[in-house]
Amino acid sequence: MARFSLHFKTILTLSWRNLWRNRRRTAIMLGAISVGVWAMIFMTALMRGMVDDMLNQGIRNLPGHIQIQHPEFLDDPNVVNSIDEAHGDLLAALKDDGGRVWANRIRVPAVIASERESRGVNLVGIEPLSETHITGLPGQIAAGRFLESNDDKGLVIGAKLAERLETRLGKRVVVMSQDPDNNIAERGFRVVGIYRAELAAQEEFNVYAARETLQKLLKIEGRVSQIVLVDDDYRDVEALYQRIAQAAPEGVEVKPWYEIDTYLAVMFNMMDGFVLVWVVIIFLALSFGLVNTLVMAVFERIREIGLIQALGMRPSLIVYQILLESLLLLLIGLFIGNLLALITIKPLEDGLDVSIVAEGMAMMGAGSVIYPSLTLYDVVLANVVVVLLGILTSILPAWRASQLDPVRALNTH
Amino acid sequence: MAWRNLWRHWRRTWLTVGAMIFSNGLLIFAMSLQFGSYDMMIDNSLQAYSGHLQLQHPRYLDDPKMRYAIDDIAATAARLRRELGLASISPRAAGFALASSEERSYGLQIIGVDPAHEPLVSTLPGLVKQGRYLEPGAAGEIIIGAALARNLKVKPGDELTFIGSGFDDSFAAGVVRVVGIFESGIADLDRALAQVDLAYFQEVFAMQGRGHSLTVRAQHIDDVETLQARIAALLGSNESILLRHWDELQPGLRQAIQADMASNSFMYIVLIVLVAFSVLNTQLMSVLERTREFGTMMALGLQPGRLSRLVMLETALMTALGLVLGIFVGLIINLYLSRVGFSYPGMDEVALKFNLPERIYPAISMASMTLGPTAVAVGSLLATLYPALRLYLLTPIEAMRAV
Repeated sequence: MARFSLHFKTILTLSWRNLWRNRRRTAIMLGAISVGVWAMIFMTALMRGMVDDMLNQGIRNLPGHIQIQHPEFLDDPNVVNSIDEAHGDLLAALKDDGGRVWANRIRVPAVIASERESRGVNLVGIEPLSETHITGLPGQIAAGRFLESNDDKGLVIGAKLAERLETRLGKRVVVMSQDPDNNIAERGFRVVGIYRAELAAQEEFNVYAARETLQKLLKIEGRVSQIVLVDDDYRDVEALYQRIAQAAPEGVEVKPWYEIDTYLAVMFNMMDGFVLVWVVIIFLALSFGLVNTLVMAVFERIREIGLIQALGMRPSLIVYQILLESLLLLLIGLFIGNLLALITIKPLEDGLDVSIVAEGMAMMGAGSVIYPSLTLYDVVLANVVVVLLGILTSILPAWRASQLDPVRALNTH
Repeated sequence: MAWRNLWRHWRRTWLTVGAMIFSNGLLIFAMSLQFGSYDMMIDNSLQAYSGHLQLQHPRYLDDPKMRYAIDDIAATAARLRRELGLASISPRAAGFALASSEERSYGLQIIGVDPAHEPLVSTLPGLVKQGRYLEPGAAGEIIIGAALARNLKVKPGDELTFIGSGFDDSFAAGVVRVVGIFESGIADLDRALAQVDLAYFQEVFAMQGRGHSLTVRAQHIDDVETLQARIAALLGSNESILLRHWDELQPGLRQAIQADMASNSFMYIVLIVLVAFSVLNTQLMSVLERTREFGTMMALGLQPGRLSRLVMLETALMTALGLVLGIFVGLIINLYLSRVGFSYPGMDEVALKFNLPERIYPAISMASMTLGPTAVAVGSLLATLYPALRLYLLTPIEAMRAV
């Protein structure tokens, strides 16, 4: 052991000194590694931030992490495809621990008409108290008030829709839908609140009323379209999903968000793949320079390597020495690159404004401000990939150096 | 001499050239795929429904209300077709209605179209999967999207009643027979769109010959700007009609492309910078190790200018090699992909969102093949400036003493 640490010290010193023999070359290589690592982490943080935003918005729009509904409902969101309000085992399972939010909801297609215009909308019956945690809607009220109770008689519509209908706060509008027997269900509502949403399409499409008011209008007392649940973290809903699926009565369907919106699920899953591909591509571009540096470093030192070999240094130690040299180079480069990434991401914490392409971002399902998200996983991944592959690509030049014939090596030049 | 110098350290040169080939190949591959998918995205999105250009009432785009209409729309369409010598111009009128089948009621967007010209501007008529498309002049026929048909529980031959409000705020209602069901794969269209004959629409919704848009499809996407100028000239200063480019009709499309381009450009630039570092490293080393040699040459009367040109020439040769081989590699990848297409796990979901097919094919063009390699070459030459210019600082005596 003592011998090993002595050797290690020797080759560490050798590597460190060798690294700085050609200061310019090392500096250039460090520059390349730093820029590469910076780009890996910076770009990943931006993409992560964007995808997180897409997922959050998408899930808030579904809404919920888990939905319980009639098996036909998602394809055919008709009032006929409703389920009983939460009761029995399901109700017990829903209530069993704190922190989590759930709500009964109604969602039916409807037509809303003002004196001047009519529009097709998505009529949503909600339980106002839970809504903060489900869609965050109460926080988005721009004028008037949010619904206050399950039997509130008011209607909350989006600012864009109000504009389209040429109506405003306090005015009456007529909402038309159908009851389960296909009779027109019609009722006048007073607009009590106007909300603004990040995505204009939602503002124009979703109209909110209280659950009990809608149940009466649609003649579906005791029944709802969906029961939605919000867990602590959307990334980890599996356990809750299993428990709820167990407790759900026959004939209803329980689905986690990633099965409801497969586009979101793909984005979520693809992100890890994207990060890996990006990191590897950058590394490959770097590896040419790295190998080049090592090959040259060995080449310049052929005589010297021959000499220390002749003096009795084992070939394996030469391999270790060169690998260590490469490792040191990588580590310093990684350090600078990580630091650069931190420094550049920090000022962007308040968001990178991309509203010039807001509608394009909306098409992808993201908002117009990107909040970079620096995750430990990505940083570790980038660093580990660079170190592992870096060592791997250094093995060949190092091994070649150790295979030199001392006699020949000493005679070169 | 430059050529020979390069091969003094053949391993180093190949490694540097290798970096160039790698980046060039990758850039060509990525750019071709990127341009290919943009083309397809634009084509598919525009051809399905919105067309390349639309003539509308100036306020209709921001505020699509029934009263922002164009007078005598069919006649205007006929006049434009005649004067432009272009058949693919189709008039439309749009309204909103609540449609009911025996079992269900849904709100839908109901469009009055000219069945003779609609197939020339939109792919929708061709996407009728059950039944047939509208026949010209047939009152009381309707075609609807597949999802809507499922939700209304109707099939071709069934009747629908619809109610809405007409142009003069009158009550508009009608009974129509479903003659066809289309399936475009675009959720918004399949879920909420229906088409009837234009004349019938105008009668039911009391439009009195008015309509809301004239949809124009150019023969090719590159002709759109010329066509736009010609139509604008024909219209003169008509304040009640405005010509809208597809950029305005579907602003998300252009912006999604711009956002994608911005993030891709960042990646490309990083790649190019890394190659430049590699070149800088190689050339600086090769200059430094030749200090003595250069010193001798200068002592023999060679101007530093010629030496730095020599170094630049060396880079240029390397770059040329990287360029040719890189383009070759890129071309092979592209040719392969243009036969089999490109796809990755989960791409079908993403593709659906952007109106793309499940496999995308690279667009092999002058731009996609040369843009990346040119940038790499420029980056490499810029990186060589530093070592090359250093030569001017060299004094023969000191240089010859250098080890």
